[in-house]
Amino acid sequence: MAHKIVRKRKLAHLVHEFVIEAPLIAEHAKPGHFIVVRIHEKGERIPLTIADTYKDDGTFKMIVRAVGKSTYELCMMKEEDELLDVVGPLGKPSEIENYGRVLLIGGGVGIATLHPIAKALYEAGNEIYSILGGRSKEYVIMEEDFKKYGEVLVTTDDGSYGMKGLVTDGMEHLVKEKSLNFDVAWAVGPTVMMKFAAFKGKELGIPKMWVSLNPIMVDGTGMCGACRVTVGGEIKFACVDGPEFDGYQVEWDEIIRRMNQYKEREKIALERFLEKVGDVSWL
Amino acid sequence: MALKIPPKKTPMKEQPPEERRKNFFEVALGYTPEEAIAEAQRCLTCPTKPCVKGCPVHIDIPTFIKHIKQGDFQGAIDTIKLYNNLPAACGRVCPQENQCESQCVVGRIPGSEPVAIGRLERFVADWEAEQGEVKLPEIKEKKGKKVAVVGAGPSGLTAAADLAKLGYDVTVFEAFHKPGGVLVYGIPEFRLPKKIVEREVEYIKKLGVKIVTNAVVGKTIPVDELLNEYDAVFIGVGAGAPKFIGVPGTNLNGVYSASEFLTRVNLMKAYLFPEYDTPVTVGKKVAVIGAGNTAMDAARTALRAGAEKVMIVYRRTEKEMPARLEEYHHAVEEGVEFHWLRQPIEYVGDENGNVIGVKCAVMKLGKPDDSGRRRPVPTGEEDFLEADMVIEAVGQQAQRILLDEFPQLERNKWGYIEADLETGATSVKGVFAGGDIVTGAATVIEAMGAGKKAAKAIDRYLSGEWNPWND
Repeated sequence: MAHKIVRKRKLAHLVHEFVIEAPLIAEHAKPGHFIVVRIHEKGERIPLTIADTYKDDGTFKMIVRAVGKSTYELCMMKEEDELLDVVGPLGKPSEIENYGRVLLIGGGVGIATLHPIAKALYEAGNEIYSILGGRSKEYVIMEEDFKKYGEVLVTTDDGSYGMKGLVTDGMEHLVKEKSLNFDVAWAVGPTVMMKFAAFKGKELGIPKMWVSLNPIMVDGTGMCGACRVTVGGEIKFACVDGPEFDGYQVEWDEIIRRMNQYKEREKIALERFLEKVGDVSWL
Repeated sequence: MALKIPPKKTPMKEQPPEERRKNFFEVALGYTPEEAIAEAQRCLTCPTKPCVKGCPVHIDIPTFIKHIKQGDFQGAIDTIKLYNNLPAACGRVCPQENQCESQCVVGRIPGSEPVAIGRLERFVADWEAEQGEVKLPEIKEKKGKKVAVVGAGPSGLTAAADLAKLGYDVTVFEAFHKPGGVLVYGIPEFRLPKKIVEREVEYIKKLGVKIVTNAVVGKTIPVDELLNEYDAVFIGVGAGAPKFIGVPGTNLNGVYSASEFLTRVNLMKAYLFPEYDTPVTVGKKVAVIGAGNTAMDAARTALRAGAEKVMIVYRRTEKEMPARLEEYHHAVEEGVEFHWLRQPIEYVGDENGNVIGVKCAVMKLGKPDDSGRRRPVPTGEEDFLEADMVIEAVGQQAQRILLDEFPQLERNKWGYIEADLETGATSVKGVFAGGDIVTGAATVIEAMGAGKKAAKAIDRYLSGEWNPWND
């Protein structure tokens, strides 16, 4: 069954928000789950995350940043176009409970992944502080959504909005200058950001930090082991054991290295695609 | 009566090794009608039909071969399809040498090979497809009862087809975007062309089976929903999860499970990158760990995908190797190297974390173990094999997604589903299971046999004849 793009809008250069028709995913997705999308018959299986679900309409929201051939191609699709395959929800859901005071750290499109988690933690009675980071103002997404659940601190690399600096500077600010103690934290964003957020969290004495890993996957259902990561000295499959893991136990350098395995091929595919489609500066 | 049976099987044409090792086209080219008739004439049509006992789905082999002798190919395929819903696949991938052909009386004549039953099955299945119109068998009156099948691999498709023929409304839920299970993601194109799998799946759909892809039971469709909405459930999700030996270096770049490598190439068609989006990086020197059929598939696939040197690394010897002899011979002909009595103890990486070789313990054979094969024991010596890609093909374990979401279902000590081998009945009322998720990794035809038995049992259960849950 094909899945229609019901709505689509551009949030920033190369960052697009989609609302996709998928009643079963809308009904069953929980915070922390992910999905796998295949655009067309020759497409690869792309693991993506869920930004929100709308049970009544049978749709869900996802936010995608164009980085490689497949995500460029996806971002170039229009409303009413159809995705050939959407499968999910996959992975283990987030461990939602009333922890007390929670720190949420989101970077780039990882902010979207964090959104359902924020909502659920809020509904479970937690006091929520969010740090949303981006390269510049335009890349800080969903700020209004997060404000519904608690205080939001924005950081931008270039200082064009909020605090100038990285999310780790924001963490330092909340813990040291505002003297806030957190019972647990979540960090979702680029892998390098999560790595440094985990280092900082440990340093600041935050007892636990969940991270949502996004290694290379093929099937997303535990069948191939492409997504294996080392956590606490053990091999885990991010697709079925995760994608959320204890950030203090993840072997970060290994996952970053493994994510680069196909860099050359990815480059060839993207270059070839961009040559074919021409100017994409509008995207 | 003087019998003059040619001692050797009628040969089947194959692509020459030096050519085929560079392409993904099918290796074995099949019989012509004349060759099939000649081979069929080697059959003695034994009234005791020993070959049938060797077949997990009990095809009436002498009868189908008799039809071929008479040139009645339609009669032959009609006979097969009474028992087997996937004949073109089975004719290609069944280990006939351990099954039907191992029981063949002709094969017992000194110096004589058994009748080539598999080749004949393949011939008539392909013959029917070439005629254009595939004949549908009788489908019984609708019973008004619904059966859910989880997994569109060999066991699930077989159970689904048999139940549809009996008049049940059958829906198959498949996690992948394509039905076929191991026939599409595992077995390579050159051994089982995907067009043939599609053709067999089309036939099963024509029987009235509904196949829903991208449906991960336990996630997309909760287990409770399935139990509430269907009168019976058959689980055939396969063994599915790759096992790693777990030696240091397992997570180096360039170390793959055979499942990942084969899925990339077979299901995702990475050998056609960049026309297809999924990439695969094949090394110059590839070490495949293990010597089963999956290892042979991975090794031969690596050759075709451009590897210069492919080595099979196995801790025992040629004699204990679990691969089919035919696959082994094909691999040898194509230039795969075999390193016997080598147990990997570490994958060695460079400073960037890319694998550069396999450190092995040199083994020797000791006393027989539980499997009856002589156990490999370390000699104390070590060996180093240079390799920039390692593919582990050392077995599989239970698929986790469904089982994690279905805790009521009893498992055995290996983590597979505890099910009666004769009926597939599990600990949960109305739930049946079969194939690799019950037995651990086995063959396509054994999984099909389990699907068949379960379909019969489900029919008896749903018609009120039999209820092992006694309530």
